[in-house]
Amino acid sequence: MDSRTYIGRVRGLGSAKHGGEHWLKQRLTAIGNLLLTSWFVISLLILPNFEHATLAQWLAQPVVAVPMILMIANIFWHARLGLQVLIEDYVHDDGLKFAAMALLNFYVVASAVFGIFVVAKLAFTGAAA
Amino acid sequence: MAKNPNRPLSPHLQVYRWSPQMAVSIFHRATGFVLATAGMTTLLWWLASIGGGPESYASFQTYVVSAGNEASLLQSVSNWFFRLLALAVTFSFFQHMASGIRHLVLDIGAGYELKTNRTWASAAFVAAVFATAFVALFVASRFLGVW
Repeated sequence: MDSRTYIGRVRGLGSAKHGGEHWLKQRLTAIGNLLLTSWFVISLLILPNFEHATLAQWLAQPVVAVPMILMIANIFWHARLGLQVLIEDYVHDDGLKFAAMALLNFYVVASAVFGIFVVAKLAFTGAAA
Repeated sequence: MAKNPNRPLSPHLQVYRWSPQMAVSIFHRATGFVLATAGMTTLLWWLASIGGGPESYASFQTYVVSAGNEASLLQSVSNWFFRLLALAVTFSFFQHMASGIRHLVLDIGAGYELKTNRTWASAAFVAAVFATAFVALFVASRFLGVW
């Protein structure tokens, strides 16, 4: 006799070993990206020039630094989910797949932390005029 | 396990006639890869050069944007490499965005009728090409002084 619930019996089975979590997160981060990258592109186009002082002072404002940090976190998360699918589809060897996934995780976490740190430093210490 | 080369194979992609629906699907994947690698590392380089101060931003500009009239050969080659890369990333961005919106619409169960599906697949390419052309002309005329 199996006393587990129906959901407990099927959880973790199937080829992906998980349910709709990956699919849903990819869509939710896609919607976040749509909003945040649209903001980013439009903001760039309406900047008066691309001089260093203009950009540094622009980035240091809270209303720019906050969406920029959100955008960095969101695009790297979305990219991680997307590149994971590429690895699952094209890397067939189990060991290589494990290594590729580990490298992917290092790449996205290190890059996102680096980008967020750069923006936070500008916002907290203020841009040199 | 020995592989028998005469084993029957299921039909591969090459045997099908290309359609906009197929093209938009593989372009979504390819452009996503371009954005996740070239796009994001260039974005981080740009952000870091702003954070690093005027000298590091000047060095970013020298190699990526324009080294001016007295550019060395390496700098000119680098400028044109990054301009072409920027064009590819810009197109990838708009293509991924347009076909991504198409995917979100398909995810709610709409747009599967054959004609509708084909139309919006083509529309994603048209939108991406126009948006890329607009941004490229805008940047070239306003910031690069090409015109």
